[in-house]
Amino acid sequence: MLREAPVSTRIPAFLKSNEKEILQDWLKEQTGAATFRADLLKEKDLREESHTFLGALQTAAQGNSIDDFGGEGWSGVKDFLSDLSRSRAQAGFTPSETATFVFSLKQPLFSMLRREMKGDAEGLVKEMWGTSVLLDKLGLFTTEAYQATREDVISRQKDELLELSTPVVELWDDVLAVPLVGTLDSARTQIVMESLLEKIVSTGASIAIIDITGVPTVDTLVAQHLLKTVAATRLMGADCIISGIRPQIAQTIVHLGVNLGEVITKATLADAFRVALQRTGWKIEKKAEERG
Amino acid sequence: MERIPILKMGPFLLVTIQVDMHDQLALTLQDDLTAKISKERSRGVLIDISALDVVDSFIGRMIANISAMARVLDAQTVVVGMQPSVAITLVELGLPLEGVHTALNVEKGMALLHRRLDEVRA
Repeated sequence: MLREAPVSTRIPAFLKSNEKEILQDWLKEQTGAATFRADLLKEKDLREESHTFLGALQTAAQGNSIDDFGGEGWSGVKDFLSDLSRSRAQAGFTPSETATFVFSLKQPLFSMLRREMKGDAEGLVKEMWGTSVLLDKLGLFTTEAYQATREDVISRQKDELLELSTPVVELWDDVLAVPLVGTLDSARTQIVMESLLEKIVSTGASIAIIDITGVPTVDTLVAQHLLKTVAATRLMGADCIISGIRPQIAQTIVHLGVNLGEVITKATLADAFRVALQRTGWKIEKKAEERG
Repeated sequence: MERIPILKMGPFLLVTIQVDMHDQLALTLQDDLTAKISKERSRGVLIDISALDVVDSFIGRMIANISAMARVLDAQTVVVGMQPSVAITLVELGLPLEGVHTALNVEKGMALLHRRLDEVRA
């Protein structure tokens, strides 16, 4: 049965004896392919990488079965491939361009096998199958590593976005403001709540204004999150005003039957600020116009 | 037996919780406080929980209960110095302590109690 891939015992030896030709063929294959990115990769670097990979592959294939791909013996090749995928993902290669690095090795290896095993059809098929399985596994591994790198980037950006979008600013003595931008989910509410409460403790503020001008939609869940933040602020001993409620959002809130209860709501941040000044006992006066 | 001290300050009572609040302690405090309010005829109670950094639903309900009982005995309750984590926990537990007055620290809490008392007398 071909399905149970036998250990291709002769591959390491062939790799060793034919190293130069394979490298030559492989480089030609890679640079000639439509997916070759001359703008992102220098030929010299590619030669370096290809050479290192062949060496690592040969070492790994020497004493380790392909069936044992998860084992210790293949870690050298895999580490090299992860590094390669990572650097290529960051440089802007597509996943197929990255995987082509491994898959383009098939052609040179197959022609080498054909050359070496002339006359032994049975053995040739066997070796080709083994090689094919091995390269497929390595190719898939590159794609996986590529994807892992992209996911890292995405999760890091997500974290950065969370931090960026929830500043707590001091508007006046005793008055804080939280300008919310973007959708409000539970994770963000938690962060907004925490940073607001910490700021209340550190500044001793007695009024907090939550401005939702930048929140695109308010559904029942978002409203609930807002109410939770207001309740927590009140427990700390500070009052909370929600401002920046746009006409459409006011309509949505009523249509949804959300009860904002005792919470003070204002249409604009300016209105909320006026109330806050009143409560803290401040008064702003306009200077009398100078008369010429 | 371990007890939480209740200090008298003019017309107000001051309770500072500085140990881990376990259930029996909370029940004892409830008894002591109601007895003290009716004995001293206090008009306000200030509970400082700034040293409390863990609450459960029982303690949360206890604080709400104490304040409701004080109100029945004609005393206002102010809870001061709540930690952010405690506030978040209480909200998540669905115990926003409706009807309990809150203040950021003892100073502000005292000012609030005096203001309330003036309002009632006026």
